[in-house]
Amino acid sequence: MNLGNALIVFRKELRDMLRDKRTIRSMIIIPVVAFPALFLIVGWTMAKLSGEANKEASIVMVHGGDDSPKVLEALRGAEGIQVVPYQADARQKISDNKIRVLIEIPEGFDSSVSGSHPQKVVIDYFQGDMKSESARDRVQKFFDDYRESLARAALAARGLPISLLEPFTVDAQNVAPPSKVGGAILGGWIPYMIIILCFTGAMYPAMDLTAGEKERGTMETILTSPVSRTDLVIGKFLMVVLASVVTAILSLVSMGISFAWSKKTFLHGADVPQMSIDPSAVAAVMFLLLPVAVLFASVLLAVALLAKSYREAQTYVSPLVFVVIMPAIIGAMPGVELNWKTALIPILNTSLVSKDVIAGNYHWGLIAAVFAMTCVYAAIGIGAAVRMFNREDVLFRV
Amino acid sequence: MIEARELGKVFNNKKRGEIRAVDSVSFSCKPGEIYGLLGANGAGKTTTLRLLATILSPTSGGATVAGFDVVREPAKVRAHIGFLSTATALYDRLTASETVEYFGRLHGLDSATINRRMSEIFKALDMDEFRDRRCAKLSTGMKQKVSIARTLVHDPQVMIFDEPTNGLDVMAARAITDFIRQCRDQNKTVIFSTHVMTEVEKLCDRIGIIHDGRLRAEGTLDELLARYRSNNLEEVFVKVSGDGR
Repeated sequence: MNLGNALIVFRKELRDMLRDKRTIRSMIIIPVVAFPALFLIVGWTMAKLSGEANKEASIVMVHGGDDSPKVLEALRGAEGIQVVPYQADARQKISDNKIRVLIEIPEGFDSSVSGSHPQKVVIDYFQGDMKSESARDRVQKFFDDYRESLARAALAARGLPISLLEPFTVDAQNVAPPSKVGGAILGGWIPYMIIILCFTGAMYPAMDLTAGEKERGTMETILTSPVSRTDLVIGKFLMVVLASVVTAILSLVSMGISFAWSKKTFLHGADVPQMSIDPSAVAAVMFLLLPVAVLFASVLLAVALLAKSYREAQTYVSPLVFVVIMPAIIGAMPGVELNWKTALIPILNTSLVSKDVIAGNYHWGLIAAVFAMTCVYAAIGIGAAVRMFNREDVLFRV
Repeated sequence: MIEARELGKVFNNKKRGEIRAVDSVSFSCKPGEIYGLLGANGAGKTTTLRLLATILSPTSGGATVAGFDVVREPAKVRAHIGFLSTATALYDRLTASETVEYFGRLHGLDSATINRRMSEIFKALDMDEFRDRRCAKLSTGMKQKVSIARTLVHDPQVMIFDEPTNGLDVMAARAITDFIRQCRDQNKTVIFSTHVMTEVEKLCDRIGIIHDGRLRAEGTLDELLARYRSNNLEEVFVKVSGDGR
């Protein structure tokens, strides 16, 4: 191998790629413009929806309670709840989003609550519907408060202290630092995102530099030059790895900034856990994923070279997306953990080790093993790509 | 100098089985000579030239090109040849001068040599006007000139042309045939393939007629006309190709 020749090829491919509008689109514009836009839209929509749900009163129907004017009175006066007259198809109306919940008040509610027969109020709601669930919570809170006020009144009437009602309180506190909370919540998804981005970033250039060249007739031109096929594939391979890594880094930075910004702007004051991601852990994950990017680049080059045209290459490469996504998703799932067996499975192992690193857990033995294993897979990938470029039947498939 | 010795190439096709694309082809071509390889489509012309250019490697026999063995020293062979065909396209997003410079670098030339060669070639081919224009924006004729410049940047001793005028209009084709003559006048060894009889008649010092992968007849135009008692090359070609049917 002659590195100088490989670098000549690399420099030419880089210049060529930077002039290609499609590369610029997939490598730079999509990560830098599309991701922030996506976060902006999602953040804005979520903020708007939850704001609306908070502001507007929940329309509810009440069934029964004709003999319990007190509770009905209190309910009508409750904040955020608007009682409309009962209709027989109330449950259907909930499903149709016409009303939010139906409150079923048992017979003799008012008289029995002050006595000793516990009564049961039923709230019918639409599970999964945000506005209905919000109405359910309001009604639930109303009855909790109502129950407490009745209990307080009863205690006061008997001259008993109110502390009887609440002999103690329970308070759950988070003791993990924000970086660990962030690691636990997002830890699995960051490597997943990087893996997918590395792959998609490598896809287009890998197809363009192999099948695309065959289709345009420039492959034969370059094969008549003295550059060896190994140098040629190494030059192309360096370009694909660069595209893959640049896409991943640009996307990550852009996502990080837009995530932080949309959290601050739209979810300000909302009940969001205090979390942060340690940038050095993300950098460590990028490093761990470098051999994965190498593996992707080499496998994509080898596979795309089989095709005669860019279009044909797409049909070969598209199914590979699933091959990559599956282990990445499994790795992102909670409960799947790194051990000496999972350390052998490519992509999954890096995904798992990255999850640990982002959560702040450094198992150095496993990290080294995973990195070494992935380097071995990457080397096999490069070998396969070089072999493919030396096969006449692949280069000149008619 | 080109010397092919019993050159053979067998392709293994899954559907059609073994295909003997080139079968024991032997010939030689000296510096200052144009050797024409004449044959119908699929006769084995392109494969023969690809074997000489070391884009493909032979399954039997061998060849030396510019003094180097195609099997043992393929990189050296490629460093001493210029290969041009209608299948060798240009990079759309590189300019004419970037293209030529790229190939100069791949041939191991230094910047000074590349610049000197480029200005010589661009002047000779009248290319200065579009040297900084991207290949995608060039006319067919201009592209052809860029391709020629690319094959010449390292001043090769041997030129291999595979159906270089295929699909070109009269003027562009004429520019190519003029260029082939110039190569001979510069004492280069020139081999070119075609299925156009008139080109062969006008250009070639010696002619090889290839059919079904085998070299069926070889000689100067006059020798072939006399041997096959014909008035023109087309008749010779039909007689020679017909023998094999």
